[in-house]
Amino acid sequence: MQGGSAAIPATQHPVTQQDHAGDRDALRSVFVGYTITAVFWLLFATGVGILLAYKLGAPDFAPQPWLSFGRLRAVHTNATFYGFATLALVGLACYVAASSSRTALHSTRLAWAGLALFNLACLAGTVALCLGYNDGNLEYREWPWPIRVVFLGALGVTAWNLIGTVAGRKTEDIYLANWYTVGATLFTCVIATVGVLPWYQQGLGQVSVSGYYMHNAVGLWFTPLMLGIFYYALPKRLNRPIYSYALGVLAFWTNLVFYPIIGAHHFLFTPLPWWLQTTAIVFSVAMFVPVWGGTANFLLTMRGRVSDMVHSYSLLFMFVGVIGYLVGSSQGTFEAFRSLQEVWHFTHFTVGHSHLTMYGFISFGIFGTVYALLPLATGRRASRFGMAVHFWLALVGSFIYVISLSVGGTIQGLDWMAGKPFIQSVIDLQPFFIWRGVGGLMMFLSHVVFAWNVWRIAYGREPAPATAPRASLAGEAPA
Amino acid sequence: MRQMWLIFGGAFAIYVVLAVIMGVLPGFALSSIEPTPGLEPLTPLEAEGRAVYVANGCSYCHTQQVRPLPQDRVWGRPSAPGDFAYQTPELLGSQRTGPDLANVGARQPNATWHYIHLYNPRAVVPESIMPPYAWLFETVDQAPANVPAVPLPAPWAPEHGVVVPTREGEALVAYLLSLKQPPLPGASEAGAGGDASHAAPVGDGSATRTEEQPSEAEETAGDDYRYDPARGESLYVAYCAACHQPGGQGLTGAFPPLKGNAAVNDPDAARHIRVILDGLQGEEIDGVFYGSPMPAFRTSLDDRDIADIVNHERRSWGNAGAFVTAADVAAHRAAAGE
Repeated sequence: MQGGSAAIPATQHPVTQQDHAGDRDALRSVFVGYTITAVFWLLFATGVGILLAYKLGAPDFAPQPWLSFGRLRAVHTNATFYGFATLALVGLACYVAASSSRTALHSTRLAWAGLALFNLACLAGTVALCLGYNDGNLEYREWPWPIRVVFLGALGVTAWNLIGTVAGRKTEDIYLANWYTVGATLFTCVIATVGVLPWYQQGLGQVSVSGYYMHNAVGLWFTPLMLGIFYYALPKRLNRPIYSYALGVLAFWTNLVFYPIIGAHHFLFTPLPWWLQTTAIVFSVAMFVPVWGGTANFLLTMRGRVSDMVHSYSLLFMFVGVIGYLVGSSQGTFEAFRSLQEVWHFTHFTVGHSHLTMYGFISFGIFGTVYALLPLATGRRASRFGMAVHFWLALVGSFIYVISLSVGGTIQGLDWMAGKPFIQSVIDLQPFFIWRGVGGLMMFLSHVVFAWNVWRIAYGREPAPATAPRASLAGEAPA
Repeated sequence: MRQMWLIFGGAFAIYVVLAVIMGVLPGFALSSIEPTPGLEPLTPLEAEGRAVYVANGCSYCHTQQVRPLPQDRVWGRPSAPGDFAYQTPELLGSQRTGPDLANVGARQPNATWHYIHLYNPRAVVPESIMPPYAWLFETVDQAPANVPAVPLPAPWAPEHGVVVPTREGEALVAYLLSLKQPPLPGASEAGAGGDASHAAPVGDGSATRTEEQPSEAEETAGDDYRYDPARGESLYVAYCAACHQPGGQGLTGAFPPLKGNAAVNDPDAARHIRVILDGLQGEEIDGVFYGSPMPAFRTSLDDRDIADIVNHERRSWGNAGAFVTAADVAAHRAAAGE
């Protein structure tokens, strides 16, 4: 079960580029297709986010039913999760599976089918939510169930395709990155199935399923996908093997065993059984093992390469993503303690937390790995200036966003504990809502720049620099 | 191939087992919990209103779960497992951008207030950031016989005709008014005020004070009553200010003013106390007719609560009524109850 080679296994079977020109073209167009549609959903979802942030300060703005806060809130979260992050990560996972296995995608047609189904589900889900059709305000599974079945179909297609690709590998071992990405698609097929079946979802039973679902859909889909892609992109970009293959294996199994158990920490102090809540808290602490282990592995892979880091925006994005993983996940553990949740639960602190993780970790990770890997697929690149504008707008914007909501949410919780009239907590949040809007606007503008950069990498004219001198260390031809 | 089976097959098998243990089995076990005694299934109209609530994502800003924590006492008694027996999809929520609604039907039983508030929340709560739900209403020349016109205050009222709720609007308000926590067996004897749904608003440290003072002593020894202005204010904010407004000015045509109100300034507090105990409807006050009913607080507030509220109203906003004691309230409660 342990992989033999710590490096990206590429040296065993040198393949000439001409042999696979057709496969390479197919892989490139799949990767570009997933990334372009992901960027579309990113612009849409964060545009909706800006509108929502504005509405918190101007509640009478845009009063149409389909633009109302309660409907758009679910549109924002679902489009971010299942439009942007899912499509971007699946595109990256396809590229990583084929490249690290030194083979072609198992089926280009399945990849396109997955792309079509993911987009169809997102489009139909968005329209349904705007029209007021949902299966309950159940976080991240609001889409009517037939649409979620379409999404499940897309997941199944993706899992099959990734497994097929890895099965056809021309390397001896399955590279660690694929453990994470294939595992994520398999786990998420289970999560989506558990979430959609109705027989055990009455009343409080549904509450316990909600706790399971909302946490697993994040932690066993986005987290392992992103970590897996880091395990390929970081060594690739730095031209050095991952620091410890064994540590990566340990993080994989501990994440798998601990994560599914902690969902109920979203429902502390509810009438859910006390043992379920306490178990969730205990394993939230156990999450320090995979989180700190994984982070250490990435940071040690980067050790001593500061000059490379500061000269490469793809590495800077990935560095922030790794730190976002560390800080966001550790924060999640602390939020699970009853004493702290007493203050923070129900407040906007939790909104700050979800942006620290989904943005500081997942989105920065996606930005960095797209900048690292997409040019390898297309042979073109974005301008350094464009990536710099994207990086600094996104970084400063998300700092403002997360810090303002963390402070504002804490004040909100303390207001309640001090027994102030409820409306005082609404009034006290107003200045922080303004800062949230400022930060959110900067993040949105950074995505416009990202879209431009991706366009240049996909269809631009500037060729990517020739393979770096030390590329032979990893031994891989540009795939 | 063996390597693939070990890694992917092993991980998948482990995950399926964990998903069943942590997701499916608790779901089965908790799906068949008996309803809390006294909890009624929704009527067809209320169920329709619940669908409106779900369609518009109300629970992204409003929880329906009361935690066993001091700061949650304003929202009602702690939620019990059986409270959610008829609740599918569940609406516990994860955010309190707005107030908890688990017990809003008891805390805020006035349908007129809900209609005005839904049409535009800032008509009754100026600082509110809740969206307006005007599409649950329509403007007509004359209200149909069985549908109440919504007495909107001036800035929000239409130039011509009157605003009435649509079927969806009526259903939503019916649902909100149905959200009442049934008292838990055993809790009523121990709870202050003799009513489990009674929530003592928490001032600085007043939570602990409420716990320390046995309610029986308060009720029997009315002579010991001492007016606590902080308590009076927080009770007023919790139970009265939504309609009569924090400044006591009311909303002309919908909720009468208490500022300068004759009954509030009358040295004889009988009418003031009786109205709070038993409610009021259809009176003309200062030349304005008020058609919407004020609810009775006889069962939800005890004598000391009502005395504190009465005294707060009598000494605020320039009012100069005489003080009352808990014993006065007890006397009126006994007299009017027979």
